[in-house]
Amino acid sequence: MNEHPALLLEGVHKSFGENEVLKGIDLKVAPHEVVCLIGASGSGKSTLLKCVNLVEPIDAGRVVVDGEEITERGVDANRIRRRIGIVYQAFNLFPHMTVLRNVTLAPREALGTNRAEAEKNAGDLLQRFGLLDKRDEYPDRLSGGQQQRVAIVRALAMRPHLMLLDEVTSALDPELVAEVLAVIRELAREGMTMLIATHEMSFARDIADRVCFLEAGRILEQGPPESIFTAPENSRTRQFLGRIIEAGRL
Amino acid sequence: MEGGPAAPGPSAGRGSRALGNRAVLVSSASTVLFFAIIAVVLVLAPGSGIVAKRFFDPSHLWDSLVGSEGLPSVLGAFWLNVQIFTVSEVFILILALVIAVVRGIPGPVFFPFRLVAVAYTDLFRGVPLILVLYMIGFGVPGLDLGFISYLPDVAYGVISLVLVYSAYVAEVYRAGIESVHESQNAAARSLGLTRWQSLRFVVLPQAIRRVIPPLLNDFIGLQKDTALVSVLGSIEAARAAQIYGASEFNYASYVVAALLFVLITIPLARFTDRLIARDKRRREAGALA
Repeated sequence: MNEHPALLLEGVHKSFGENEVLKGIDLKVAPHEVVCLIGASGSGKSTLLKCVNLVEPIDAGRVVVDGEEITERGVDANRIRRRIGIVYQAFNLFPHMTVLRNVTLAPREALGTNRAEAEKNAGDLLQRFGLLDKRDEYPDRLSGGQQQRVAIVRALAMRPHLMLLDEVTSALDPELVAEVLAVIRELAREGMTMLIATHEMSFARDIADRVCFLEAGRILEQGPPESIFTAPENSRTRQFLGRIIEAGRL
Repeated sequence: MEGGPAAPGPSAGRGSRALGNRAVLVSSASTVLFFAIIAVVLVLAPGSGIVAKRFFDPSHLWDSLVGSEGLPSVLGAFWLNVQIFTVSEVFILILALVIAVVRGIPGPVFFPFRLVAVAYTDLFRGVPLILVLYMIGFGVPGLDLGFISYLPDVAYGVISLVLVYSAYVAEVYRAGIESVHESQNAAARSLGLTRWQSLRFVVLPQAIRRVIPPLLNDFIGLQKDTALVSVLGSIEAARAAQIYGASEFNYASYVVAALLFVLITIPLARFTDRLIARDKRRREAGALA
């Protein structure tokens, strides 16, 4: 399995009506690699993640996960999604379920894990991320940071091969960002393959093995964070980072 | 279900007690005045003596309630109403949910199913219940379709109620389903749950919780409409009251039947109020977070 890239995108195009959001994306993510997508809002980062998770069907190109082309006709999207964890900006926890039930729902129903085992796994994960005392709480009793950590745990409970994180700190108050980023760092340390869309530049510089700069549906530049952030080659990348620095965000 | 935090008492905070006492005085006075005026008008009406005798004679009230020689007891007949709406509610809850879910299934293959669901709700919300009762109650037996045509009268009444009320309740469910944000479904589907699993575990539980108050409201209507089943010959409370009134030339039986209907709907009405108040508290608590 390991000779395959964890994720491979070739010539991915996606339009919403007249609006072409992705204009030919080529991207390869190796196992255990952490790739950050940066770029202005509307550059196509979120759409790219949704296409990988088959939430949005692509118009052209292909997406290959662990050597299996998932954008082929007749591929069971549910089976693919079980191997790919995605966490959204808006948490989207299930408000009518306790934290524990939020985390165990998918393993039990989609994977058929028995209750005792699913709850043990969930308990272990919650413990690791400092959430065990919240297991019987409902989401509306948790802070935004706690909710987002639960959302990450919920995705991890499916034992995904790949995690997609879509602006996971953008909806959080500034003082709550750190606890969520700490969780992601922990995942990176353990070797989780991740594709992360983010506005947190210093975090991207810190955690990414590779940074991709997107603009208007294309990857204009990619490379290790030290070269992208210190010596960007593309003038658009320079412009974008210049504005970020001006805003005091890097 | 979760036990929410206890609501603060009605007279919390300093100064509210004095105000509360005055408010109680004012509301008591206005209540007494209001009913006094109505009582005076009723007593002074030229026919009030006759009406009192026809509608409120204690011995007739009692006789019609428990039944007298050869005449049905309104209370006994009311038991049939209770049975009718209890059985109907169960079927309505199930059938309406099926209709609402079918109406929401996407994809061209399911177009005919959606069409049937839409046609069903349009038809049965549009036709007056009493006409449905006549058509089912006299039409189905006329078809001579084996046992389906030889059910007891009351069964056709239940079928008619279920058909009509399911159309209303399906719309209530549908409103609830549509009120659950699409991101909830997206989150469930991204975890690898199927469309059906997402509906069952994520969307429907939230939808149903939100529509419990309007559902109960429809059921209060249903409890009253069980009286219409009498057009098929079943002797339920309203019909029993009519029989009593026609033979005794006294309408106390109608008052008894009316009181029984009111008595049974009040608990449901108060329960609905409590649920609405609880939802409001929750929303306000959520808005603070």
